[in-house]
Amino acid sequence: MAELAVRNLRESILRNSLTTVGISVGVASLVAMLSLGIGLQQLAGRRLQKSGLFDTVVVTSRRDLRGFNREQEENGPAPAESPALTEDARQKIAQLPNVLEAYPDIRFITELRFEDKPYLTMMAGLPFSAKNNDAFDGMQGSFFSSDTAPEVILQKSFAAQLLGKTPKAGSDEPSVTEVAKPLLGKQLTMRYAERIATPATDTVTANSAASNNPAGTAYSVVSREVTLKIVGVCDLDPDSMRGQARARIFMPLEVAQNLHVMQPSDLRDTTNMASGTPAYMTVEVHVKSPTQVQAVEDAIKKMGFNTFSIVDATRSLRQFFAVLDLFLGIFGSLALAVASIGIINTLVMAILERRREIGIMKAIGASDGDVKGLFFAEAGVMGVFGGFVGVALGWTIGRVINLGTNVYLKRQHFPPEQIWFVPWWLVIGAIGFAIVVSLLSGLYPASRAARLDPVQALRYE
Amino acid sequence: MPAGESSLNNSIAIRIENLCRHYSMGEALIRAVDGISVQIASGEFVALLGTSGSGKSSLLNLIAGLDHPTSGTVVVEKHDLAKLSREELAKYRLHTVGMVFQSFNLIPSMTLLENVELPLRFAEVDRGKREGLVKQALDRVGLSARLRHRPTELSGGEQQRASLARALINQPRFLLADEPTGNLDSQTGTEIMNFIREFNETLGMTIIMVTHERALAERYAGRMIFLADGKLVGDQSNVVSATAKETRGGRS
Repeated sequence: MAELAVRNLRESILRNSLTTVGISVGVASLVAMLSLGIGLQQLAGRRLQKSGLFDTVVVTSRRDLRGFNREQEENGPAPAESPALTEDARQKIAQLPNVLEAYPDIRFITELRFEDKPYLTMMAGLPFSAKNNDAFDGMQGSFFSSDTAPEVILQKSFAAQLLGKTPKAGSDEPSVTEVAKPLLGKQLTMRYAERIATPATDTVTANSAASNNPAGTAYSVVSREVTLKIVGVCDLDPDSMRGQARARIFMPLEVAQNLHVMQPSDLRDTTNMASGTPAYMTVEVHVKSPTQVQAVEDAIKKMGFNTFSIVDATRSLRQFFAVLDLFLGIFGSLALAVASIGIINTLVMAILERRREIGIMKAIGASDGDVKGLFFAEAGVMGVFGGFVGVALGWTIGRVINLGTNVYLKRQHFPPEQIWFVPWWLVIGAIGFAIVVSLLSGLYPASRAARLDPVQALRYE
Repeated sequence: MPAGESSLNNSIAIRIENLCRHYSMGEALIRAVDGISVQIASGEFVALLGTSGSGKSSLLNLIAGLDHPTSGTVVVEKHDLAKLSREELAKYRLHTVGMVFQSFNLIPSMTLLENVELPLRFAEVDRGKREGLVKQALDRVGLSARLRHRPTELSGGEQQRASLARALINQPRFLLADEPTGNLDSQTGTEIMNFIREFNETLGMTIIMVTHERALAERYAGRMIFLADGKLVGDQSNVVSATAKETRGGRS
């Protein structure tokens, strides 16, 4: 029957190509919609998720009453009884499902000397994985050469400050390239207080608080200096989530850890802890995708810690992603419905037009199944063609929209952006859809054709 | 397929008993076929005669299995058509009967080859064998040179010959013809009738032909059955004279 169907379709080429165009327009709008939607989602992925804002959970000990969560958790252990955020706890968190990594957040206020002038600022350690963070997209210079290199990356405004170029209110910020040029490769001296663990028996002034601790943790604090090389200046702010506490200069996390800088939390924690292991103030957890943040947060809360994520704070963003998905689905279904109606319409019209032909075929021995099969096959063939043409058309439409968007972005002085993406599954899915819908839409006209009374049909002129 | 001497073969091929086909058109009940009983022997050439609306075409459609009787039976070679499923009826139309019509009923979008090939497709004959069979059938009606022509490119006589070829392609034992010469001039009509007679005589096909032309029936048919208002009003064998009773009370 398929062979006969193809020859029939070839016969009334105009009508059938119009139907096929109808199907392909449906498929094309589907493909264009979804490819733009997927592109937008990927863009959101690149721009929002990569910023680390949406897939990060900040874990703090309940002991840290300055926690991110202004509202303290109602349930769970009381702050004094809750576990400390130790290395063990960090490793446990890192092994939770859907957690990519969990690293301690090390930040301290420090004094930096640059060209004999002192600057006081917040320094933070950056894990090597932060390299892919989009905050470094417009960076001048390079990322840290290794995890242990004594190198720093400056935030643009701090770089400007080092150069004495603090912009006046109202005037434009200096560009990154401008501030980076004189700084890259230069050296900074950092002064900090190192905490050195000492045997409990030692008598050092700083450990007097630990004397009532049976296990006896003691440490001394020594003033140190280290020379750091400026390797990069970044335009955006990699630490934007931190608000007031954000750092303006960054070093590799390993380096920061090995410096054993005396941190404000140390004093209280070590006095409360039975062991010499230092506790972290904060651990940052990267989750595979923003949708899993909630589950990971819950798991960490069960361990007795406080958590904070921007997803908590911004339900509306989650809503945005949900609405985006829904919107795509709705438009996709509309396109499907339009395409399906077009197919049904053509096939039903074809029956009216071909009543006599059906009557003849039945009179000379065509069974209901033959007639049904013929119409079904015609629908299928149109579906196949419509699917292929539609995918090509949708691909082109998506490309054109992308091109137009980039022209617009260029006029607004933004870098070009890929907002359109056609994954292979969409191509296959769209063609498959066109075939399935055509076949489903063909069912009704086909069975109508099969039921046609040959005597009536032959009388029909 | 039983080829052979029709005169010696007197077994009953079609038995029609008290056959009725009524349908309602608005308020009125139309009795298209109203209690007909008749038997047709294998190899006979029967003409069904009557005015328009006498029910002759309705009777032919019932024999062809295109229509269902309201009551009564049509038994063709021991198959009661009323008891066949739609699928079985299609098979019956495909293999047991061949039909030709006054308006030829070739499919205009198809070439002659494709038109004649159609029943072979429905019969699921291998593609390789089909073309040979089609050429053979068209050859028999003298149309082998026009395989690739569309019906509209042919004369009426040629179209009717093509539809004869199509009716024969699956080697049925019955040929049902509904006014086969109705749209043709007398000379072309004679040509078609000669083919039909030849099928009757050489292939042993049983022919049932609907016509309103008595002369034609007298010239070719071995038996004439007269219908009026859905009823059988006369049944004559091999009568050439014009003494047969005319149908009465005719609607025109």
